[in-house]
Amino acid sequence: MSNWLEKIVPSLVRVQRKTSTSSVPEGLWKKCPKCEAVLYRPELEKNLDVCPKCDHHMRISARRRLDVFLDAENRAEIGANVEPSDRLKFKDSKRYKDRLVAAQKETGEKDALIAMSGTLDGMPVVAVAFEFNFMGGSMGSVVGERFVRAAQHALKERIPLICFAASGGARMQEALFSLMQMAKTSAALEKLKQNGVPYISVMTDPVFGGVSASLAMLGDLNVAEPNALIGFAGPRVIEQTVREKLPEGFQRSEFLLSHGALDMILHRKQMRERLGSILRKLSHLPEIKEVQEEAEE
Amino acid sequence: MNPNYLDFEQPIADLQAKIDELRLVSSSNDFNITEEIAKLEEKSASLTEQVFSNLSDWQITQLSRHPLRPYTLDYIKNIFTDFDELHGDRHFADDAAIVGGIARLDDEPVMIIGQQKGRDVREKVRRNFGMPRPEGYRKALRLMEMAERFNLPILTFIDTPGAWPGIDAEERGQSEAIAFNLAVMSRLKTPIISTVIGEGGSGGALAIGVCDRLLMLEYSVYSVISPEGCASILWKSSEKASEAAKAMGMTAGRLQELGFVDRLIDEPLGGSHRNPRLMAANLKLALQETLDELRGLTQEELLEQRYERLMNFGSFE
Repeated sequence: MSNWLEKIVPSLVRVQRKTSTSSVPEGLWKKCPKCEAVLYRPELEKNLDVCPKCDHHMRISARRRLDVFLDAENRAEIGANVEPSDRLKFKDSKRYKDRLVAAQKETGEKDALIAMSGTLDGMPVVAVAFEFNFMGGSMGSVVGERFVRAAQHALKERIPLICFAASGGARMQEALFSLMQMAKTSAALEKLKQNGVPYISVMTDPVFGGVSASLAMLGDLNVAEPNALIGFAGPRVIEQTVREKLPEGFQRSEFLLSHGALDMILHRKQMRERLGSILRKLSHLPEIKEVQEEAEE
Repeated sequence: MNPNYLDFEQPIADLQAKIDELRLVSSSNDFNITEEIAKLEEKSASLTEQVFSNLSDWQITQLSRHPLRPYTLDYIKNIFTDFDELHGDRHFADDAAIVGGIARLDDEPVMIIGQQKGRDVREKVRRNFGMPRPEGYRKALRLMEMAERFNLPILTFIDTPGAWPGIDAEERGQSEAIAFNLAVMSRLKTPIISTVIGEGGSGGALAIGVCDRLLMLEYSVYSVISPEGCASILWKSSEKASEAAKAMGMTAGRLQELGFVDRLIDEPLGGSHRNPRLMAANLKLALQETLDELRGLTQEELLEQRYERLMNFGSFE
């Protein structure tokens, strides 16, 4: 999968990544892939894996993403029993089956999307997150089905849905099955829209291809973390097609915001509070402070 | 090499050239070689039959991109009457890679939307080789919503290598344009029939392909990524495209086996470009019958079945 990743990650970032993994041993210290500052792991984790020196938002796992977003109690996973199959018996240089097993071993997950119901400062919500380390967060049948089950749960309970996307796009090894997940997830989201159930799409580094061109761009609010790489076609494909140098900051969150594709860019540390506040307004619920004051009275 | 024949069709091309030569001779001379020509034509037909009875997935992919293959506007001309082309997305531009408009199928008014490739170099460039930009998808959406308002069935014709991967397309929200079409098409209150007439290239194809019934021509393909793209990523060599085509299972026949295709439409011997009129007649019949079938449903049934269809996509345990 690494070669495939190289297609969407610009060379600068990639080179730095390599140095970061080679020179600092796994353990208590981690090197920031952007500013190369050596960071104390417990401190970094307390900072939600955002570099305290340069504010670089590092990639985090799906489970950790949901863990830092949802309240600690009342969580229930949705669609955990949905597992991948290899209908096409797809084989390139490796068998898809073997790639799946390797990805499952590496991440401890069955596939690239985790869905959970839970609460956000006491407000019931459904949240889903992509696991980028699972085959580049690619969307196949399991990702689509889990996403739809999460959306249907949100619709049934009439509670907000929040998605944290991090994906290279559709999963090639599932061919047309994966392409159709774009239509499937988009149709499920349209039901939420028709029924006034809020959906917030949070794009984290990176979001491309079939995920970008379906569920990620369909939020009532489209939000991104700072400096995330987001687009339809990967920068290399575009460069090869148009044979032009890409403009500075092309396909970064800030570029998308200025071109009107995003509502806002949110720092990872603000995510809970700001999304909570937005969703409370959309759901006609009082702000958290008022709730606390009332409780104190 | 004859550019109007693919590499695997060259034996047919050679034979055809010989026939043409003989014809020329027979018209300028007195001696009669009609019998000889008839013999050769019979041979050509059986050779074509032989070549086409055993096509590989990659050969079918090549056929789907054949330079002489009929395009959307050819089908519009040969199947429909009173076509009024409608232009523009009302926001930015008119994208020539997607054509659309109202026409009649027999006497019934319908909305037609399709990707359009160019025939000669200049037109190819003007139509961006059938690769739409966001304004193309937004034009398509505008026309589909119009169809809903005026109760016109929507017939889409898919024929694109994919959505345009350019700087301009990214700036104007290619992803959003595609995503928005997928969402809205899932609930449009009018029948939608999509036909893959050539290349069904990924999200750029699906953006006009959410439908109640999917038809595919015999030598058309539909896939999540081009076989060349798939090969260069997974095999690390675009020369493995034929292997990628087979692995993905992207031909009409294979996709019908997998349950994606509602109706496979036979092509004339040698492919649709060898007899565009017959092809158009076959497609017309399929469209009429499919439309009749959908007209038998109430609006509620139609939308319920479409949603079911969408939710059933996928293969998992």
